[in-house]
Amino acid sequence: MSQQYMMKGNEALAEAALRAGCRYFFGYPITPQTELSAYMSKRMPKIGGTFLQAESEIAAINMVLGASSVGARVMTSSSSPGISLKTEGISYIAGSDLPCLIVNVQRGGPGLGGIQPSQADYFQATKAPGHGDLHIMVFAPASIQEIVDMVGRAFDKADQYRVPAMLLADGALGQMMEPIAFPDESEEKKLPEKPWAATGTKGSRKPNIINSLYLNPNKLEDSVRERFERYEKIKENEVLYEEVMTDDADLVLIAYGITSRICKTAVNMARAEGIKLGLLRPITLWPFPEKAIAKIADHAKAFMSVEMSMGQMVDDVRLAVNGKCPVRFFGRTGGVIPTPDEILQAAKDVLASVGGDK
Amino acid sequence: MITFQKIIIITGHYGCGKTNLAVNLALHLADGGEQVTIMDLDIVNPYFRTNDCRELFEERGIELIAANFASTNLDVPSLPGSVASKIRMGDGTIILDVGGDDAGAVALGQYAALIEEKGYEMLYVYNPFRFLTAEPKETAESLRSIEAASRLKATALVNNANLGPLTTPEVVERGLTFGKQLTEVTGLPVKFTACVKGNEIQNNGTDIFPMELYLKPVE
Repeated sequence: MSQQYMMKGNEALAEAALRAGCRYFFGYPITPQTELSAYMSKRMPKIGGTFLQAESEIAAINMVLGASSVGARVMTSSSSPGISLKTEGISYIAGSDLPCLIVNVQRGGPGLGGIQPSQADYFQATKAPGHGDLHIMVFAPASIQEIVDMVGRAFDKADQYRVPAMLLADGALGQMMEPIAFPDESEEKKLPEKPWAATGTKGSRKPNIINSLYLNPNKLEDSVRERFERYEKIKENEVLYEEVMTDDADLVLIAYGITSRICKTAVNMARAEGIKLGLLRPITLWPFPEKAIAKIADHAKAFMSVEMSMGQMVDDVRLAVNGKCPVRFFGRTGGVIPTPDEILQAAKDVLASVGGDK
Repeated sequence: MITFQKIIIITGHYGCGKTNLAVNLALHLADGGEQVTIMDLDIVNPYFRTNDCRELFEERGIELIAANFASTNLDVPSLPGSVASKIRMGDGTIILDVGGDDAGAVALGQYAALIEEKGYEMLYVYNPFRFLTAEPKETAESLRSIEAASRLKATALVNNANLGPLTTPEVVERGLTFGKQLTEVTGLPVKFTACVKGNEIQNNGTDIFPMELYLKPVE
């Protein structure tokens, strides 16, 4: 087994990005994400990479656009209010068919909100990461080891489909420390060729143009439609999720990221009392595991979405369940982390209210 | 029996386990009848702070002096005036839990002259399983940068080798081997080994300070 280390989520995220071949980081500090930028500022110069603390989040995301245009593996990171500032740039990056990684270590909102952990940016990440018809891939890790394993995948998938990818974490995951091991790497990571990049023609080909402006509306429509064909492929091939005791479950919890860990504890507590509780944890939030949820809806009596928000992902659960059984919600917000006890109590209340056999 | 000075400063690399040690030390000394004040001087870390154990300190009669906005939604690193006045008055034992790395130790620097006048011990906590301080040379650099930022000298090392829930006595043991190398580089002795109960090692020429785990991951 590889050497194990204790790492904070933010540090592990940064180190995993370096190991995935990322050599360009542009960002602006914000709690509870700052360790990630700090780590990059220390390590990038030592390995020949570029760390740049931009004058603002808006500047940083546009530097990402520039670096990605020339084929670099590039990332930025921030926390909720900072991501709001980046959304215009994210839309331009999506409209220019450029890959990159954006990290959001979520904190409480709206507005300045607070620095405690939150999951209230689900809508922003999955529905409107920028203006216009667009999606980005959204990955939601639930442990520091999963962060380590997921960062390289997010970069690779962004390259494969030429779309931005987001890693949606939260303050608790960013700040807490767990033992991790990095995969053994015997050889240097080889990044994919990017024949579309604006690297200079050397007189040998037509110029590659990176652009999101189309003078002709029909041409713009064609480009959006082509992109949505790629989105369909992503929905077909890239959905990730984990199921815990869903086969015989009466009530299935749906939770992602840090909340899914607390739900796992609640599921184990319930099972010890003979209550058939299960959990489905979406690992990708876009694409969302709608088929897996629809399948469980054929036998479960009800679902309960558990989030650190006032209820956002619950809408996607309802769409996936499509009326086959009740979908309820339990959440805490404002930086409050739910306890296993209160989740279990909410689950019991739901089971009591839906009753009966399916 | 491990004995302590009246002012105990706990420093170390970011995330090496300083706060958990500070909390355990405060409870241990208070249970032994000592009048204890614990100071949360961390201006770096937003979560997992000494201040999070506020209720526990109240129950056990330990005075807590914390950064003004510790554990709130505000990220304003300001310290109360009572830090200096308490050090100056100097009754009982004072434990200063300092933020990680040189960035955290900066907050300590403003009290350096006062602390020096009163006498102190400054413990440097190390965990060789922490990424980026896994080599004695890296750890020694971290120690020197903390000394420079705080304008105080470390007096001893504390072995806090751990892998969180995967910690075993072997892991703690490896911290001692690492400690010998660190002593060679820094000239500082390992004062004791801190480990979460159940991972104690025996007969290794080190005092063991058994701890509870008060700051844990969310599950």
